[in-house]
Amino acid sequence: MTDLNELYQEMILEHNKSPRNFQVMPDATKKAEGYNPLCGDRLMLYLKLDNGRIADISFQGSGCAISKASASMMTTMVKGKTKAEAESLIEDFRKMLSREAGSEYDAKRLGKLAVFSGVCEFPARVKCATLAWHTLYSGLENEAKIVSTEEGGQNHA
Amino acid sequence: MKSQKTAPIDSQSLLDGSRIRKDFPIFTQSIHGKPLVYFDNAATTQKPQAVIDAMLRYYQTQNANVHRGVHYLSEIATSLYEASRVKIQRFLNAREFKEVIFTRGATEGINLVAQSYGRTHLKRGDEVIISGLEHHSNIVPWQILCEQTGAVLREIPVSDQGELLLEEYERLLSKRTKIVAVGHMSNALGTVNPVKRIIQMARRWNARVLVDGAQAVPHLPVDVQDLDCDFYVFSGHKIYGPTGIGALYGKAELLESMPPYQSGGDMISYVTFGKTLYNTLPYKFEAGTPHIEGVIGLGAALDYVLGLGLEKIQAYEKTLLAHGTQALLSFPGIRIIGTAKEKGAILSFVMEGVHPHDIATILDRQGIAIRAGHHCAMPVMERFGLPATARASLAFYNTREEIDALIQGLERVREVFKA
Repeated sequence: MTDLNELYQEMILEHNKSPRNFQVMPDATKKAEGYNPLCGDRLMLYLKLDNGRIADISFQGSGCAISKASASMMTTMVKGKTKAEAESLIEDFRKMLSREAGSEYDAKRLGKLAVFSGVCEFPARVKCATLAWHTLYSGLENEAKIVSTEEGGQNHA
Repeated sequence: MKSQKTAPIDSQSLLDGSRIRKDFPIFTQSIHGKPLVYFDNAATTQKPQAVIDAMLRYYQTQNANVHRGVHYLSEIATSLYEASRVKIQRFLNAREFKEVIFTRGATEGINLVAQSYGRTHLKRGDEVIISGLEHHSNIVPWQILCEQTGAVLREIPVSDQGELLLEEYERLLSKRTKIVAVGHMSNALGTVNPVKRIIQMARRWNARVLVDGAQAVPHLPVDVQDLDCDFYVFSGHKIYGPTGIGALYGKAELLESMPPYQSGGDMISYVTFGKTLYNTLPYKFEAGTPHIEGVIGLGAALDYVLGLGLEKIQAYEKTLLAHGTQALLSFPGIRIIGTAKEKGAILSFVMEGVHPHDIATILDRQGIAIRAGHHCAMPVMERFGLPATARASLAFYNTREEIDALIQGLERVREVFKA
């Protein structure tokens, strides 16, 4: 059962239990919504951008431990970063969870986000981990639509 | 219902799940090093060897197109194909074989009725009543029909136990009601709806009633004449048959009056460039070369289920459900969603502090397959104020020991989450 412990690492469980920056931001300059139709996870991301810098960030929503912890840790990591810095972190995080060959990423830059590296052993859960990051990307790029982890619809009884 | 009362529960008549599972080759394998415990039967069921054999035999020795050739194989294939139709007719106790239309599944059956019957019979201001327990497949086709015709969609509300509120239904019914479409058994909660009563109530307003039997047919006996429903749909793969095949039952006089749903080969009797004469029932609704091996597999699945006996299946599953309900009720932090008096073998639940998706992942690593999510019934989730539930849906090849394994698995969830 070691692989389960690799997925549900202490830090992930802790952020799931007490998510950081987990509140509505009434004076947000940008909002972005993420949705995973597979499990119904929904996430609202609030951003306060100041001169191309993420001055403040918070989120709200319901989701599994992986998606909640990922969103929580993401907010602590990108707060204070420039848009470009945040976007390269998004890129690194995506690459860490992709199993494609040659997807090299900067492990040092990801730092404690390495706790999510075990997620790629659970393909069905990768979308849970990346939901917040896709949503952040759309918020930064100001794509005014709900980010879905699925391109098309899902329909399982 | 042919027989609502269940067979007497004693050791002689009770099915033996651990013996039955030997008929299902999938259970010889292990998942993540553990014996497979399959609790996702409401999504799809496993297939007995008899079904696999029937389909294999067809491809190895009987393959030909149906209703065409005069040659030997075509006659064999046609007679097997039509024999399955008669099996379904008997299975549902339909009056005539021509009242059984093969479809891709329950979803296509509902779409067929919505588009063929609905579009020709509904007009602006008419109403369609569905229930708050429906699967998306019994919601969306009616929404589309309402958009097309200007009819209005109404929903029967659901109680805290997960039962339909019939007094509210009574209030919804009126001379505007043209169609009532309800599930026989809820895939999300397991509630078995009082469809006979629902149909009788609709009769007073001359409304047509479609029953979505996708979840019900594997678990309880169905008699469409006794129910007096106008349409009944189900899917083969939920009753131990192949995917991509199902059936629509419709009263002959209604089906006769309906235009074809799709057009092409097999559904015509005479074609010139000026005019086409449609084939008679049931072929009018079966355009194109059908899913022949699916039909044959479905026939074999019904033989298998009838061989066990639906009353016996119902009685055995009831004991599993009772055992599972008891075990979950005494598990700290777990709440069962859906506590209807009349319930099929579905255990939908939530655990305090742990998302259903995490429960499903941890159980999977112990070889236990459950479903986590909204079960394609988002209005049901909304009714209970939940984004998702964990769902263990049982079948006759499950055992008490497997339910005990589920409980052990949930202990492990608690350990991981320190919940």
